[in-house]
Amino acid sequence: MPGRSVFPALEPLLEQVGKPVQYVGGELNSTVKPWDVAGDGTVRWSLMYPDAYEVGVPNQGVMILYEVLNERPDALAERTYAVWPDLEALMREHGVPQFTVDAHRPVGDFDLLGVSFSTELGYTNLLTALDLAGIPLHAADRDESHPVVVAGGHAAFNPEPVADFVDAAVVGDGEEAVLAVTDIVRDWKGEGRPGGRDELLLRLARTGGVYVPRFYDVTYLPDGRIRRVAPNRPGVPWRVSKHTVMDLDAWPYPKQPLVPLAESVHERMSVEIFRGCTRGCRFCQAGMITRPVRERSITGIGEMVEQGLSATGFEEVGLLSLSSADHSEIAQVTKGLADRYEGTNTGLSLPSTRVDAFNIDLANELTRNGRRSGLTFAPEGGSERIRKVINKMVSEDDLIRTVSAAYGAGWRQVKLYFMCGLPTETDEDVLQIAELAKRVIETGREVSGRRDIRCTVSIGGFVPKPHTPFQWAAQLGADATDARLERLREAIRSDRRYGSSIGFRYHDGKPGIVEGLLSRGDRRVGRVIEAVWRGGGRFDGWSEHFSYDAWMAACAAELPAFGLDVDWYTTRERDEAEVLPWDHIDSGLDKEWLWQDWLDALDETEVEDCRWTPCFDCGVCPQMGTEIEIGPTGKTLLPLTVLGSGRERMAEHTS
Amino acid sequence: MARQRTPEGPPPPPAVQKLRIRYAKRGRLRFSSTRDFSRALERALRRAGVPMAYSAGFHPHPLISYANAAPTGTASEAEYFEIRVAERVDPEALRAALDEALPQDLAVVEVVEAGPGSLADRLEASEWRLVVRGADPAEVERAVTAYLAVDRAETTRTFKRGPKTFDTREPVLRMQVTGVDDDGCAILRMVVRHTTPSVRPDDILTALHAVTGFGPPVPPLVTRMAQGLLTADADGVADPLATDREAVGPGG
Repeated sequence: MPGRSVFPALEPLLEQVGKPVQYVGGELNSTVKPWDVAGDGTVRWSLMYPDAYEVGVPNQGVMILYEVLNERPDALAERTYAVWPDLEALMREHGVPQFTVDAHRPVGDFDLLGVSFSTELGYTNLLTALDLAGIPLHAADRDESHPVVVAGGHAAFNPEPVADFVDAAVVGDGEEAVLAVTDIVRDWKGEGRPGGRDELLLRLARTGGVYVPRFYDVTYLPDGRIRRVAPNRPGVPWRVSKHTVMDLDAWPYPKQPLVPLAESVHERMSVEIFRGCTRGCRFCQAGMITRPVRERSITGIGEMVEQGLSATGFEEVGLLSLSSADHSEIAQVTKGLADRYEGTNTGLSLPSTRVDAFNIDLANELTRNGRRSGLTFAPEGGSERIRKVINKMVSEDDLIRTVSAAYGAGWRQVKLYFMCGLPTETDEDVLQIAELAKRVIETGREVSGRRDIRCTVSIGGFVPKPHTPFQWAAQLGADATDARLERLREAIRSDRRYGSSIGFRYHDGKPGIVEGLLSRGDRRVGRVIEAVWRGGGRFDGWSEHFSYDAWMAACAAELPAFGLDVDWYTTRERDEAEVLPWDHIDSGLDKEWLWQDWLDALDETEVEDCRWTPCFDCGVCPQMGTEIEIGPTGKTLLPLTVLGSGRERMAEHTS
Repeated sequence: MARQRTPEGPPPPPAVQKLRIRYAKRGRLRFSSTRDFSRALERALRRAGVPMAYSAGFHPHPLISYANAAPTGTASEAEYFEIRVAERVDPEALRAALDEALPQDLAVVEVVEAGPGSLADRLEASEWRLVVRGADPAEVERAVTAYLAVDRAETTRTFKRGPKTFDTREPVLRMQVTGVDDDGCAILRMVVRHTTPSVRPDDILTALHAVTGFGPPVPPLVTRMAQGLLTADADGVADPLATDREAVGPGG
């Protein structure tokens, strides 16, 4: 019987695996609906975050879709995550299929499997889940009895490397898109599934907002570059558009955030205060593909914080966005919330802040009476020159003023994030980071009068991403990246005046090459993914599981058949005329504008933020029929009795 | 020169009442660990609006103390912790509110105002119930007899500091098959004294396997039924909250 729980078979296995609580579900605010909640017409989604539970469970995207779908009377949604190899082995031995954590139903029984790819390093985990679910790995081998596998998330903006394995991809905001897909599936089921799987996929593709790889043929030039990507069915559009939710206040999700029992990577509740970013950092895919900026209003934020806290009991709220301090009313938001929650032991945090002194005021406000341990800034590039290349408009003096304000206000540690391997970068640009860190420490010692302040430099390799001005750039090879990082480490260590005041954390260049291959890969890379997975590749985002050698061996085995190698995908610079594998996925950005921005980068020419300066024609707003939605609204957060409303109910009554 | 920051504002309000709480860990949430429970509890206390007392300092935390938690994978009807509150509360109202705020399989069984004496001192032994799945009850019976006949039955478990070998037999005060459940699985009851390192039911089963060669094909379902002071005949344990109830009197 479809939809029956596999828990009786799973339970004995859980005795033998690590952290079994991650597989049992039952989280606060989770939902289990009857399998036939709307009779035969019920549309059933399993939603997967293709990484471990502890990483997947706090994911906002999955949480939003889960709630939006479960609010529909004619749909149900359950969650599934990647199982660790210890449980995978036991499940294979005992014939237990990939299951949802909510009702432990087999993933293969659902109508759809939605997979959210925040990063490309989850691809092998999708294959494990498909295989455990009994779903054929290749979309071409599936029939009506199998779920429709739909990819989403930022990595889906180039779905080509997983084109063989997914039936469809949806790009952009998922809230409205997932409901539209549900409608189509419901109608098709209600009509008695006319035309089978092919017809359903065709209906989805013809909306123009769902990419179905099988309806596009890719042809190649003799040198291996793409000649053309063309639809092969009538009514299927040449380009597939991203989805954009315009009014965030109309979508206050998650309203009931999940509260896992198990420890997760974010032990806090998150409220998204705006979506999109127009700062224009050229390396940043998130900033490019989520335009335009759409703010949640100050009152909308206040309501979500209040409702979310009472629904969850979390003791910390993160105000989430790509650059939180850029909200037009951020000062009023932070002060209003800090006033409201004064004395309730509720922490407020503002991740993703930029480098300026205004941020220190905000951070101080949020820690009025709390510990001031560490602040994080991301100058990204070590030299003024490279920061112009990447359009991160921060001068060295800005940074020094900022850290000076931070150490002066009692903050003890400053973390600085950088990238290595940016276009046009030389050793000199990276070695500047050491000088910067030393100035930071000197400034900190001066303003704080203390020797025990610290600065940590954290640096990783840059990976060029689709739909950014750097999509044409050559990635720096793993060895060259490691050599540059080694020189930086020496430069930091060699000066004994700073000793352990400067910490150095880095990620070696190897995982970046695999990420680069998967980010800018085309359909032919699917063979490499499958070969790695068949060889046991799992959890590529985890250093203890990731195997660079396995990936390189698979590239060496699979790519020569196409006359290609891994360097062709990673360290090769593309020219303007090249058809890129993701050109038929429309993020709204004009390719001409991206190319111009790439040329500007090479010229070290900066571009302003269009929220405060005239439009620079990136193309998104006219293309998508959208516009920037920002305040100020002029409203304020009124004082409110929050939390503790249960006190009266349990107070002792003295008679 | 910048001064060292110290917390501003008044110190947190003092604790005015201490409560002792018994809870149960059931069903699939037997797979939750002690740390999982403490996370869930702190959030439930906030959701329920319990007027917790907090420690002072930059990072105030609610005043909760845990006692002798059952291992991950083990169900329990008798787990205990204590909280301190800054405003006096009605224990039964608190019980109902907290029970509602916790996930379904974590049940708040009883709340009493703490009387004199330490709770930890009263948790001298546990009574365990094991459903031995996939084995012939007669065979279980024979294994129990063989185990009880030896003076020592050692096992080795890996701790943070490495493997350690210890005896399981001496702390086992009672062990008997008390019947079979609906599926015909033997029900094994044990009374085990708390020791250091603590001897857990799975340690006893490992040692029992070493002594008798008996090992069930599937791990048994283990439930802690009670914790408390040993009764005079060492055949069971007494309710550790009884003295608190007497000290405070009926109706709180």
